[in-house]
Amino acid sequence: MPADTSDIEAIAEQVFVALADPTRRGILAALASGGPATATDLAARLPITRQAIAKHLTLLTEAGLVTAEPGERRRVRYRLRSAPMQAAQQFLAALARDWDGRLDALTDHLSAQADATTGGKRVQH
Amino acid sequence: MGFPDRIERTVEIAQPPAKVWAALTTAEGLGTWFGDNGATIDLRPGGSAQMTWTNGHQANMRIERVEEPTVFGFTWHIYGLPDDDPRRTYVEFTLEPVGVGTRLTVVESGFAQLPEDAYRKTYDGNTEGWASELAELVEYVNAA
Repeated sequence: MPADTSDIEAIAEQVFVALADPTRRGILAALASGGPATATDLAARLPITRQAIAKHLTLLTEAGLVTAEPGERRRVRYRLRSAPMQAAQQFLAALARDWDGRLDALTDHLSAQADATTGGKRVQH
Repeated sequence: MGFPDRIERTVEIAQPPAKVWAALTTAEGLGTWFGDNGATIDLRPGGSAQMTWTNGHQANMRIERVEEPTVFGFTWHIYGLPDDDPRRTYVEFTLEPVGVGTRLTVVESGFAQLPEDAYRKTYDGNTEGWASELAELVEYVNAA
């Protein structure tokens, strides 16, 4: 079933909150480029402690941006999930359509003004 | 397609930049094509503007850039979030003359927000840094 608008907004908001933090963006970028990794792997690649990474991974998991899966020797690996980002892109696409409507209204407003001053003659472009 | 922090739209208008500028930056203009129930504007960086609609909706803006007749920028509240949410996006209009008309570009950025005291950074070039940081992520998302 397609998510309704408010679901998409809620997902998008969580994505934007998750992306607002540079450490979390670093974690996501590391998972995107290197594939699934454990908190320990990420701590070795990023300039932050394993504890801090674990905290951010919890938030990213809640936002649905990463998913935990069993790895070797019972260590949990984290994998990037793109679905919430696609929801965020959908949210932005809806806002972009709002701008299309506003810009159309602006164009109409200006051409109506021009018509009023030139007696109806339109300027071609 | 950009990553979810930015919306960009461009339109060509068969009117000179001065006319477009007036429509964007005067109460008369904003209250006609944008809000449908009037507007107020204090046109200076740090000034405020407000637009209202007949359905009761209103938008409050804080003006950030005024470079007549080429750049007009403001921040506003993110639509859909609670009224007391401090996050804001930055909207910037850029006007370029094209023949006798104007190419108008609007960019809205900063959806991946930022604590309240840091929001000014959104239009100080801060978004550029993480656009490149996220390049790999974008490839991933677009490939998925």
